[in-house]
Amino acid sequence: MTATTQTPAKAAAPSPVLAFLKQPLVVALILIAALLILGEVLSPGFASAQQILRLLIVAALLGIVAAGQNLVILGGREGIDLSVGGVISLSAIIAGNVMNGADSAIVPAVLACMAAGAFIGLINGMGVTLLRIPPLVMTLGMLGVLQGLLVVVRNGIPSGFAAPGLSRFVTQPFLLGLPGIIWLWVAIGLLMAFMLTRTVYGHRIYAIGSNEQAAYMAGVPVRAMRISLFMLSGVFAAITGICLLGYSGSSFANVGEQYMLASIIAVVFGGTPLSGGKGGYTGTMAGALLLVILQGILTTVHIDESGRQMVFGATLLLLMLFYGRGRAMRG
Amino acid sequence: MTTATLSTQKPGGGLKRLVERHPFLPALLIALVLLALNGLYQPRSVSFIGITGLTKTYLALMMLAIAQTYVVYAGDIDLSVGAIVSLVNVVIVVLMEKMGGSGFSVVVALGVGLLTGLACGIVNGIVVAALRLQAIVATFATSIFFTGLALYVMPVAGTPAPAAFWRTYGGRFFEVPFVFYAVVVLAIVLYVLARTRLATQLLAVGDDAQAAFQSGLPVTKIRIQGYALCGLFAALAAFCITGDTASGDPLVGGKMTLFSVAAVVLGGSALSGGFGTVVGSIIGALIIGLINSLVFFVGTPSEWQNLVQGLAILVALMAGVLVGRRARA
Repeated sequence: MTATTQTPAKAAAPSPVLAFLKQPLVVALILIAALLILGEVLSPGFASAQQILRLLIVAALLGIVAAGQNLVILGGREGIDLSVGGVISLSAIIAGNVMNGADSAIVPAVLACMAAGAFIGLINGMGVTLLRIPPLVMTLGMLGVLQGLLVVVRNGIPSGFAAPGLSRFVTQPFLLGLPGIIWLWVAIGLLMAFMLTRTVYGHRIYAIGSNEQAAYMAGVPVRAMRISLFMLSGVFAAITGICLLGYSGSSFANVGEQYMLASIIAVVFGGTPLSGGKGGYTGTMAGALLLVILQGILTTVHIDESGRQMVFGATLLLLMLFYGRGRAMRG
Repeated sequence: MTTATLSTQKPGGGLKRLVERHPFLPALLIALVLLALNGLYQPRSVSFIGITGLTKTYLALMMLAIAQTYVVYAGDIDLSVGAIVSLVNVVIVVLMEKMGGSGFSVVVALGVGLLTGLACGIVNGIVVAALRLQAIVATFATSIFFTGLALYVMPVAGTPAPAAFWRTYGGRFFEVPFVFYAVVVLAIVLYVLARTRLATQLLAVGDDAQAAFQSGLPVTKIRIQGYALCGLFAALAAFCITGDTASGDPLVGGKMTLFSVAAVVLGGSALSGGFGTVVGSIIGALIIGLINSLVFFVGTPSEWQNLVQGLAILVALMAGVLVGRRARA
């Protein structure tokens, strides 16, 4: 539990092998391999190249929004963004209407969605920092507003549909047989890893996440940092919304709703505790894959919807036991 | 009432001390203003029948807000309350149908419903407090499990509740609507609960779990009891919603979870725990109901209603947090 990811803990670790195995990323990767084998046993063909590619695309959709969620959670002070689902749905609608099937309008559509996501994040961030509303409350309220906004937008204008270029980007092979969205996810992963470990900005995220007061004293612009994290979360959610439009062809009611808690669980499965200040995005990517493979197995197995949900819920609980549990009370 | 900041007397105006002792007062003020506005735009809404209708519709959310409050007291959260409502709803409807819909079957079904809610609450408590999983994600996982159970009990919505049940809920006795008797009983129960040791212990755990532990409180047990109480009130919320909709629906409670959290915050309780009142949460639920009806009475075009409601709730949430903090500071 106390084996931190940054330092291999030479002094205290009793067994380096055990410490290695307890790292969240390693746990997630082992679980992913186990689940793939389980899926192949339960339904032959589950771990075929084509199926894995499909799972990767779905995981990329989740992984991208989870990047923003990860940043907000890393920033600490009970950081969480419940509004991502609303941003995703809104972004899918905006993208669909702006491009409306025309490749030439992809760039303006992407820019419009990212601007909308950043703006929503800006308001979330200002509410959290300037008014000091707890993030859970602020983003919950924002979710309600966005859901209302969706109804207005949907009644006012047709929902639009994806440009062929966008659909190709999400579903068709682009380089080395992998679609563009997977390369985008890889790029985001590399960028996030670089940012979190090598840049001042990244170090400041950990700083405000582990001790806001100390970070403030050390001259970190805590408020601006936190606002920027919420804006990034909005932007990442907007990108997922655009890609989701490309994946499904046209936007439909509340496509983003399922991503709200799934993105949080991906972060937790990736070894970033909700208390913030430690963890990283590499683990979250594995967490997103883990969640998607688990859902994939449950949809291939022939059981009722009720049984599927019960197994899914119980498995999530079981998996959580592998990750950083809270400390026991000691006197 | 049951605020955690009992001991610290701070200098300040009488008004400030009043809000400090009764943190639900700002919410009450907002609710009264909303009620007046409702009456202004639709005089019938503040009539006896109008208030009865409002109570009948929002009693379920009030119950669920109460449920959520006891967990929030201890600094926890329960994102599965909506799923518990759904589960209890389908369990009692199916049981009443299977047993013929007589008065006796209603009583048995309600008993089983309470036990179901209690069991769900204890599961949540064990998962969060004993296994020490993070409350937000753990109760989300249990909510998926409970939803699965509800779908197992009733795969598709639509089974009607027996007439004996919803006629009672919507009916009158001695010219007084049933829901008002329910409110009176609820008030007595809440008054007693507020005087029990458990309420104080939950607040103590929420205020500082480590300090509570070191002063000898069984923190884990107390948190489990909080979740159990939450499950019981979620079952009561399910009874109300069954009385109101007169049918079973395995997904009926899903949307209510986040509203229950919003109601608690609107009522001036702190999500970080250790500070809050049940009365505030009830008023919070009422505020949500009054906002919804006001938006309707003002004549907002139907497609704009959700947006205006969302904005109004966001503003009210902000106000609730800001005023609550000022009272504590």
